[in-house]
Amino acid sequence: MEKLTPQAIIDSFGKELGDGFVGGSVYEREVAVKKNKFRSLWVEVKKSAFRDAVKHIFHLQEYPHLAIISSSDLGAEVELIYHFTIYYGYHLEELSLGLRVKLPKNDLKIPTITDLIPGALFTERETQEMMGVEVVDIPDKRRLFLPEDFPEGAYPWRKDEKGPPNDMLRVLPGREQK
Amino acid sequence: MIQEETKKATYNIPVGPIHPALKEPIRLALSVDGEEIVDADVFVGQVHRGIEWLGMNRNNPIQSIYIAERICGICNICHPFSFVMAVEHAAGITPPPRADYIRAITAEMERIHSHLLWAGVAAHEIGFDTVFYFTWRVREEIMDLIEYVTGNRVTKAMFQIGGVRRDITEEQLPRIRQSLDYYKSIYDKLEKVFLDDKTIRMRTMNVGILKKEDALKLLTCGPSGRASGVPKDVRQDQPYGAYADLGIKAMTPDMVTGTVVGDVYDRIIVRLLEVKQAVEIIEQCLENMPPGPILAQPKTAVLLKALTQAEGEGLGRAEAPRGEVFHYVRMEAGQSTLATWKVRAPTYVNLMSVPTILKGMQIADVPITFASLDPCMSCTNRVVITDRAISRRSVIDYEELHRLSVEKTKELPQ
Repeated sequence: MEKLTPQAIIDSFGKELGDGFVGGSVYEREVAVKKNKFRSLWVEVKKSAFRDAVKHIFHLQEYPHLAIISSSDLGAEVELIYHFTIYYGYHLEELSLGLRVKLPKNDLKIPTITDLIPGALFTERETQEMMGVEVVDIPDKRRLFLPEDFPEGAYPWRKDEKGPPNDMLRVLPGREQK
Repeated sequence: MIQEETKKATYNIPVGPIHPALKEPIRLALSVDGEEIVDADVFVGQVHRGIEWLGMNRNNPIQSIYIAERICGICNICHPFSFVMAVEHAAGITPPPRADYIRAITAEMERIHSHLLWAGVAAHEIGFDTVFYFTWRVREEIMDLIEYVTGNRVTKAMFQIGGVRRDITEEQLPRIRQSLDYYKSIYDKLEKVFLDDKTIRMRTMNVGILKKEDALKLLTCGPSGRASGVPKDVRQDQPYGAYADLGIKAMTPDMVTGTVVGDVYDRIIVRLLEVKQAVEIIEQCLENMPPGPILAQPKTAVLLKALTQAEGEGLGRAEAPRGEVFHYVRMEAGQSTLATWKVRAPTYVNLMSVPTILKGMQIADVPITFASLDPCMSCTNRVVITDRAISRRSVIDYEELHRLSVEKTKELPQ
């Protein structure tokens, strides 16, 4: 497959997704003595275009590597970033590609991508139990890390009323409860 | 010891995770047909300590370096390495080049010690304890060197946001070179012991095969992925630390054997090659290390203030001995803690290949096959075995599993 420049990759997302594409940017920084550039791409898409965006990554790399899904509680919405890498296996050619999608708190649902990337299962299970985002059609609905007696409906990474209840949090000596 | 399980005593009753006989807690559930494994399931989470939560709710970023260092006892360089890179990206701090080199040197020291530790454990798992003692004796040299350079054998406390906390001085170089020379002198012997020995070959060749396609689909990374022929290595692929200046090449087993099988034997080859490579990288770093400061901002209070005002997001990727470590942080201005912190350790993805590599294996092959991934929770503390033929479920503990493995080695035709 022909390798595209970071900007061309972002443009290709815009072309492929049309209205579903929200925006993209390239981040670069120089490293060590020879000043080779570390490059990462950030692409934001609408939820409706999310699966098409993941499929589009397969046009760039035969087996895109998904490192992890990170999730942030932004107040009114939850932001998921799927951290992919593409163009790996060659000297300094790999690019980090963060695929960003924002979900409103009243509709925390995202389709699974385990049919495309079977290895995404653990991180989808973790996102589901830690952030309370329902992964639609996930093949294995069980919890991953949380114990079975952890209360239903509480999600450790949330910063609103659905976060872990105060009585579960141990306060260190000399500190006050937040 | 095999105990019959009564109806009430299901395997959810924890003998682990806190049990004097166990090392690290993880549970595998295997379905077997006679001796053959037909399915496997992995249960994790027994040591989930909510480290990301602490970074998001309690600690400031500098305090979080110490927590990051304690994510894993062995990978206590690559986690803070990745973490400080992520914070540096988010806050726009550039470490001085000398710090990049010192970071790479300590990371490679960690790789040598981790791979030798693994090689010893692998030998122990097949009951070859002479090799286990030999390998761990060889490993002591690098532990001494780590202590000499960083002041500690285990948690090294070398990292700071914007640099490193200790310099490597001119007077230290002869002692460092002495250790590197030792490894160069002993490498051929290590290679002979692990790659030519008849017993090791019989127990590891064509055992626990992970095909390249499966490795790519299941996102397997690090030496386990490279042993299946995926040439993915963050040190080669993306510029970070001093590796950006060096021409690193991902090690694959075909460099020695000419082919890629993806079995346990190939995983041994890759790790041995990486020990040799790590020694070479340290030598190159010592040679090319630029002079200059080791910290972008030596005053912690000033740094902390800058971090509190920082706004942005960043990611750090580093090649740990087991594969890619990934940290993502998001920082918001005026907030003393991180807004988001997500950590991905290599075992997180490598565990997903466990069902694939165990299928079709014998129970006695479980210890070496599972250990060949070098899982960070390296102990199959309890395995639940369901025997299809007689539909009896029994609990088999680690000691029993180890005994089965040793017996299999003894029964090999000599």
